[in-house]
Amino acid sequence: MNRREFLTVLAAANAAGLLLPGAGLARAEAAAEAVYDAPAFGNVSLLHITDCHAQLKPIHFREPSVNLGIGGMAGRVPHLVGSRLLEHFNLKAGSREAYAYSYLDFENLAGLYGKVGGFAHLATLVKRVRANRPGALLLDGGDTWQGSGTALWTQGQDMVEAAKLLGVDIMTLHWECTYGQDRVREVAETEFAGKIEIVAQNIKTADFGDDVFKPYTLRDVNGVKVAVVGQAFPYTPIANPRYMVADWTFGIREEEMQATVDAARAAGAAVVVVLSHNGMDVDLKMASRVRGIDAILGGHTHDGMPAPSIVANPGGRTLVTNAGSNGKFLGVLDLEVTGGRVADFRYRLMPVFANLLPADPEMDALITRVRAPYEARLGETLAVTEGTLYRRGNFNGSFDQLILDALMAEKDAEIAFSPGFRWGTTLLPGQPITMENLLDQTAITYPYVTLNTMSGEQIKTVLEDVCDNLFNPDPYYQQGGDMVRVGGLSYACDPAAPAGRRIQDMTLNGQPLEASKSYKVAGWAPVAEEAKAAGGEPVWDLVARHLRARRTVAPPQLNLPTLKGVDGNPGLAA
Amino acid sequence: MTQAVMERRQVLTFLGALAAAGFVAPQAAFANWDKTAFDAKTMDDALKALGAGTPANSGDVQIVASDIAENGAVVPVQAVSRLPNTERIAILVEKNPNMLAAAFDMAPDTIPEVTARIKMGQTSNVTVLVKADGKFYAASKEIKVTLGGCGG
Repeated sequence: MNRREFLTVLAAANAAGLLLPGAGLARAEAAAEAVYDAPAFGNVSLLHITDCHAQLKPIHFREPSVNLGIGGMAGRVPHLVGSRLLEHFNLKAGSREAYAYSYLDFENLAGLYGKVGGFAHLATLVKRVRANRPGALLLDGGDTWQGSGTALWTQGQDMVEAAKLLGVDIMTLHWECTYGQDRVREVAETEFAGKIEIVAQNIKTADFGDDVFKPYTLRDVNGVKVAVVGQAFPYTPIANPRYMVADWTFGIREEEMQATVDAARAAGAAVVVVLSHNGMDVDLKMASRVRGIDAILGGHTHDGMPAPSIVANPGGRTLVTNAGSNGKFLGVLDLEVTGGRVADFRYRLMPVFANLLPADPEMDALITRVRAPYEARLGETLAVTEGTLYRRGNFNGSFDQLILDALMAEKDAEIAFSPGFRWGTTLLPGQPITMENLLDQTAITYPYVTLNTMSGEQIKTVLEDVCDNLFNPDPYYQQGGDMVRVGGLSYACDPAAPAGRRIQDMTLNGQPLEASKSYKVAGWAPVAEEAKAAGGEPVWDLVARHLRARRTVAPPQLNLPTLKGVDGNPGLAA
Repeated sequence: MTQAVMERRQVLTFLGALAAAGFVAPQAAFANWDKTAFDAKTMDDALKALGAGTPANSGDVQIVASDIAENGAVVPVQAVSRLPNTERIAILVEKNPNMLAAAFDMAPDTIPEVTARIKMGQTSNVTVLVKADGKFYAASKEIKVTLGGCGG
């Protein structure tokens, strides 16, 4: 779609009343031009989406107000929030970009600029960007098949079809694996065959270490050989149930990454990019150590970073990008390749503003079709929220607090744990909480509610363990999720302290937690196979029951740890 | 078996069956079983029992293992020596109740590379100890053992 066609579609959408009410065609056109006018550059273009978490429809998504960097990561991209992030990237408060990239003034700006993402709107943007970039490849960093009710109920089938229609060329994996290794292989070998290639240099068979997928693929883009190396989420069998990928082993595999890059160069690649689900801190470290990568297009940690980080290493320099989550962004990397090497680049991370991008009719029809059998169930209003409900943030989110409150009430538990997932959409004050919204926070293949008796010592061990996954000073030892959300129990956290000493001052109802005393702890999303066999209730049923009985939900009181040693950290909202 | 070519897995399963049936003698050299070293409860005692004293860290000794174990019960650890005349390779886990997890005596002209699947109860430094030309060398790496869950 060229610029003229785009404006024609925009005019039609305006006439049909699909654009921002009252905005006026001229204003919408001007805004769309300002955001999406990206002149072509160079001779190789790579479009990048990641971590859409199966959000086919436009949504709201509040970026974090707490995203701490510790040690060498303190104050560095991506560990900047709010005004510190705006300053760093030279964005104006209150602007469309500020709304897309930060949590600042979220409710007001959401009213002004509307929803983001949605595959029909993304499809329009992809077509527009591709129109003047012939041969551009569309790369999908994974976490595409999970995160919604329809994805769960169709085993990711809705997203498989949407990705094919969107024109994804190459993808890598994380949550896809939670449908089981057989399902992933089935899609790769049948529906994706000849259309979408799954690459992963770090997924091997557990017995002999054979490649499960091609480590990289070599494509010809306008006469330039481009290698795309896949890096799946290295800790899939740890962060998610191992039994779902019983015959596969993962890991960062830095040396094999180097060998793969060298092999791609030896095969004639003028450009080598890594499509990564490492998480941004791991990507930054990897970029500083592995030679010969032109760019790492990253995901997993859901960091929407407007500009790439440029990392020096013994082989030269590597760009590291991260393209956010929930379908909010499209990354566009244009490369000028001359004399067999990358001479120059341009990078844009384009927010997908649903009000500025008319829905692509074909994708819209697909979405309507895949949702049709489930619309009634998805549309049930469970309650109305009085406050903003969101998840993203290092320690807690209001939607997580709602889940914790429901777990404690329904299971009569004094303490509750909820996983520090980074996906999950946002609701504005006054909006209904539908079953669809609840599933956006909970739709996984191991949703079992658990009720355990744990000693104070065990509780501390759990908190320390997860905290180290978040704040280990070496990114290779991090897993890229957020801190487990905690209900009932108060604690302090010193993220820079050594492992085993970060969690302090634990109290329950004002009394210190006792190491040897037993406590009733509710939770969900257990990774052990025994928990699957125990067959707890799916967490969405429990929370739905809790919500239906209430009708309205007051803004949840966030149970947050007292933070130590992070005053002035730009990853913490002032 | 009707297939002309057996796959590796089948070959190994077949060999395993033969071994179980007593047709293939395991190569474990029980004569060299180093009870004192395997029973050692501290790193110093284990090194002493192996005759290693305080080994020098060496870039010619390599430990290849995941930063975070996928399963603490079976952690693959590869030990590689680039030192000439490597006689012995041992793998020690600092925080296991018994430090010494494995020891391999290398016959002359053997490529000094071994892989073992070791058990780890908790996050620990893992050390590869190499004896070459009568001297001891080492390399260490922390392998994290985590409860899992809560990711992504």
